Amino acid sequence: MSCWETVQAYGLRSVGIGERLLPREDFTLCQQFTLIGSGMIWNVYFGVVALFFGFFFATALAVGKASPNRLFRKPSEWFIFIFRGSPLFIQFFFGYFLFLSLKSVHPVFDPFTAAWLGALVVLFFNTSAYSAEIFYGALLSVPKGDTEAADAYGMSGWPRFKRVIWPTSLRLAWPAYTNEAIFLFQSTALVFFSGFPAWQQRGDALYYANYFADKTFNPFIPYPILAMYFILLTLVVVGLFGLINARLNRHLPQNARPKLRIRPNLIR
Amino acid sequence: MACYLTTGKHMSIYLSVFTVLALLAVTAPVALMFGFGGATAARSSVLPLRWFGKTYIALVRGVPDIAFFLFFVIALDQGIEYLRHKALCPDWSEPIRQGNDFVVCQAAKMPLGNAPQWVHETYGFSLAVLTFAIVFGAFAANVLFGAMRAVPRTQLETAEAYGMTRRQTFWRVLVPQMWVYALPGLSNLWMVLIKATPLLFLLGVEDIVYWARELGGTKTSRFTDYPHGDWRMWYFLALLVFYLIFTRVSEVVLGRLMNRLTRGQATAGGEAQRKAAV
Repeated sequence: MSCWETVQAYGLRSVGIGERLLPREDFTLCQQFTLIGSGMIWNVYFGVVALFFGFFFATALAVGKASPNRLFRKPSEWFIFIFRGSPLFIQFFFGYFLFLSLKSVHPVFDPFTAAWLGALVVLFFNTSAYSAEIFYGALLSVPKGDTEAADAYGMSGWPRFKRVIWPTSLRLAWPAYTNEAIFLFQSTALVFFSGFPAWQQRGDALYYANYFADKTFNPFIPYPILAMYFILLTLVVVGLFGLINARLNRHLPQNARPKLRIRPNLIR
Repeated sequence: MACYLTTGKHMSIYLSVFTVLALLAVTAPVALMFGFGGATAARSSVLPLRWFGKTYIALVRGVPDIAFFLFFVIALDQGIEYLRHKALCPDWSEPIRQGNDFVVCQAAKMPLGNAPQWVHETYGFSLAVLTFAIVFGAFAANVLFGAMRAVPRTQLETAEAYGMTRRQTFWRVLVPQMWVYALPGLSNLWMVLIKATPLLFLLGVEDIVYWARELGGTKTSRFTDYPHGDWRMWYFLALLVFYLIFTRVSEVVLGRLMNRLTRGQATAGGEAQRKAAV
């Protein structure tokens, strides 16, 4: 099989399009590149969707945690503590078995036992909690002068939040939030190692990398390939978030704009 | 219920909690050592050593650690067996990599094929510790590297003015002072390390995740005295609570330690303590 044919056969294997059987012997470099790359589709999917929905939920949680009202503050604090204080790995396991038990209660929970929804929900909660902590910190460090200026203009309540506090806090939080995004993309690699089954061997990049390492007894090829893909993904994320950062700070003079300081990769 | 929770299998899950604690207790100092070495190498005046330190830090931090965990265990295992093979069986003619297989002679197997069970388990555990130490050593190296640079220049210049050698300056002035700058980063790392312990499961050590899956799984009366349905959810809930309590306690203890270390330091925190005491 030429390399181009391999790409056609396995390029979309992780979403179920193409050759049904995974390669079993005579593993070529091309196969490994293609399949691991195909697995990245899942990593990107989990990361992007969880990040998108998590952003809104995190904003709500952060506002809740900063609220003087106990009724809003306590639940947000607990949510953030629970998801930041325990390992994501255990959360995945717990989530999976929770959904399994719920499945027998009502068929509504059927899709939750599959990775595409169940793991997504766990990742969504997790990233919400981590981002909420970042946003909360940013809310607290909004300069006093900004809110005073808003008061002087007669703004209060929602307009004040929407037009002054929220944009400023977003600007402050952005560098840290970029790190959180990188973090999230890397933790998507845990999904298929934590209970969620890879249905019909449709797994993420690490799943395929592990498959090759198991079959060939040679970790020195698949894992560096995986690392390369993740570094590429990280670079893309950094680039995109850098663009948004530039847009957020477009009113500032060039040299006063906060730089993105990338500190990637710690486990959660 | 009390009877159920004290069955032999349940005793192993309590024991495996100690495995996790032991892993933490062993890994933390080893990782700190690796980190110290890495940081010292990264700021060394010898060029290759500096390159080595910086590459170590950059490489490990750029890749998802779970990949490292999966990679290092096999790589270390094969590396050790390869070296033993070269040393112990010099007259072995066949190639080691036969296609998809990794073949070494019997004497080079690690641990030996006829070794008792506990040797195998200990070997697996030490591989896990080494892997954790390498990965977390890089993070620690980064933190310590930053902390060493955060110590005010004037302190080092004062030491030089007193005629201390480079070595003396390093050990007597830089190292004692850097901890207060390193502690926030290190305590963060400790939290991360706690949360990384379930990955032991991936390394094939029979830890709490393994036992939670085993014991929670459906039991029928044919095989056990205590038949029950799928309880894995509750077991993992217990694990979740265990980790939450553990992080909470660590937070409190590290907060106290920070207070203790800040005393008398030339930092904002130390200044605040001094003012409060007056």
